[in-house]
Amino acid sequence: MADNVVVADDEVDLSRRKFLTNATIATGAVGAVFVAVPFIESWSPSERARALGAPTDLDVSKIEPGQMAITTWRRQPIYVVRRTPEMVTHLKGHDASLKDPNSDKSKQPDYAKNELRARKAEYLVLIGTCTHLGCLPKQRFQAGSPEMGASWPGGFFCPCHGSRFDLAGRVFEGSPASVNLVVPPYEYPNERTLRVGADEKGAA
Amino acid sequence: MASRQESPVRAPGDPLPDNVNPLPRKGFLGWLNKRMPVDEFIANQLTGYYAPKNFNIWYFFGSLALVVLVMQLLTGIFLTMFYKPGELTSFDSVEFIMREVDSGWLIRYLHSTGASAFFIVVYLHMFRALLYGSYKPPRELLWLIGMLVYLALMAEAFMGYVLPWGNMSFWGAQVIVNLFGTIPVIGPPLVEWIRGDYGIADATLNRFFALHVVALPLGILLLVMLHLVALRRTGSNNPDGIEIKEKVDAKGKPLDGIPFHPYYTVKDVVGIGVFFVLFAIIVFFVPTFGGLFLEGPNFDPANPMSTPEHIAPVWYFTPFYAILRAVPDQRLGAMLMGLAVVSFLFLPWLDRSPVKSMRYRGWISKTMLTLFVVSFIALGYLGLQPAEGIYVLWARIFAVIYFAYFWLMPFYSRASFDRVKPVPERVVFNAH
Repeated sequence: MADNVVVADDEVDLSRRKFLTNATIATGAVGAVFVAVPFIESWSPSERARALGAPTDLDVSKIEPGQMAITTWRRQPIYVVRRTPEMVTHLKGHDASLKDPNSDKSKQPDYAKNELRARKAEYLVLIGTCTHLGCLPKQRFQAGSPEMGASWPGGFFCPCHGSRFDLAGRVFEGSPASVNLVVPPYEYPNERTLRVGADEKGAA
Repeated sequence: MASRQESPVRAPGDPLPDNVNPLPRKGFLGWLNKRMPVDEFIANQLTGYYAPKNFNIWYFFGSLALVVLVMQLLTGIFLTMFYKPGELTSFDSVEFIMREVDSGWLIRYLHSTGASAFFIVVYLHMFRALLYGSYKPPRELLWLIGMLVYLALMAEAFMGYVLPWGNMSFWGAQVIVNLFGTIPVIGPPLVEWIRGDYGIADATLNRFFALHVVALPLGILLLVMLHLVALRRTGSNNPDGIEIKEKVDAKGKPLDGIPFHPYYTVKDVVGIGVFFVLFAIIVFFVPTFGGLFLEGPNFDPANPMSTPEHIAPVWYFTPFYAILRAVPDQRLGAMLMGLAVVSFLFLPWLDRSPVKSMRYRGWISKTMLTLFVVSFIALGYLGLQPAEGIYVLWARIFAVIYFAYFWLMPFYSRASFDRVKPVPERVVFNAH
């Protein structure tokens, strides 16, 4: 046997060598997973982004009846529509042509899971991004407006992919969006003030 | 029949064949060769690499893609010297490049036109593979690596389009990132993680910049290298779809092969020349290409409170975008859009024809390929149109044809169905 051979072939314990190799690989793989954690975490919204996502206030008494105000919360446009009694009556009677008339599949706080999708019938509060792919639906509030057709009850129309919603943010059949517009958490700290991003459960 | 050792396509490190012209062994090159296998590399990769002698015009686009890649890297490096990623700086710094940096407009238009040129060249390169069955065994891995280059290129182009922070950049990013939100359960938190904020924001822009200028170019370079390495093992296919390595002379050289250098390097130089003439015409006279290469709304700064009247991606994504919009359900639409891209990956296993090239296939395969090309172009057009009325109907019809090409292939490509013609023993080649 040559002098430079440390272990003779017949003395090599192959099963031991294989076990040690596999154990080393397994330990290394577990280590790699742990090392990946901080890099993956770094992509989450930063402390600053989270602080800037704090609740936002709006004076709703300044909105004229039948008009919409747009504010922002967490970089999302928030649509606040002051619905006239006429608009509210138009919400009835087209349930059959809606994809989710009772908002069972849609996202909203429990207090907005009702026919008008709001805490108060007068004010509709929505996240103004289409649930299809995030474009901003446009106002088409006038019932039976020529461009939307005679049966149009008033609502929103997304210019990107043609989704249509009524004045409770409920999506019509034939739209690419499959769920209603999202209602954010909100509350009224007093009669005039709408606070988006906070409710009884605290800040979202 | 020559033994395997004499095969002309040799692994790096194999001994040089006798016929290789000995390069200087003295002086600087001699010094260099003692320390680095320069001669061997050239002999292995270029002068000793045999390619079929019957290449036609479709074989320009591989080398052209490499040229465009180098151009994009070069112009991109110079753009990063002036571009400042950030919500408040991106749009202004691009305008600064366009108006105030000497020749900045040219570097930027070379880069933006280069992106479209890249896709034109890559689509033609892929069509060549469909036409001559280049994805079929033994080139499945070559095809898969090429498709990975294409996927990385799509990500690269998408993120690059976000960087100028125009209004179409912003809304394009919004639409594409929200596609991930359609994944059940993990979708919404995944979208937040990708954006790094509650909307497309500074954080999103900066990470896209990092991926666009560092991570993805490195990945693309690595994949392109692997693509070439895999090509060296299998060798190129050709318009007849015949393996030239099966007919070799006494020295093991393919009878129908010629050394890549100088024969095809010279040919490719001609292609590169023609390409740059056409490219320069676009860069200097129609850099936006009528809103196809650079869209009008992108000359307005990003505005999260105002959607452009009509959101459409750049032309090279519109075939897939048309499929997305053709489906009334968003999750299904996103899935079909993904499937439309991924379908290419399965081609080597969907194709059951005993013949590679369309030259020797029956009319069914030829018709299906033609229909596929028509539907791809038609979907590309429809993806640019508003998603309403007749456009949606046509998009649905062409989407069905698009998927039929791929997923009915296991049936229609069979020899029992699609009658193939006899394939000649040697490649068809008429000397000029």
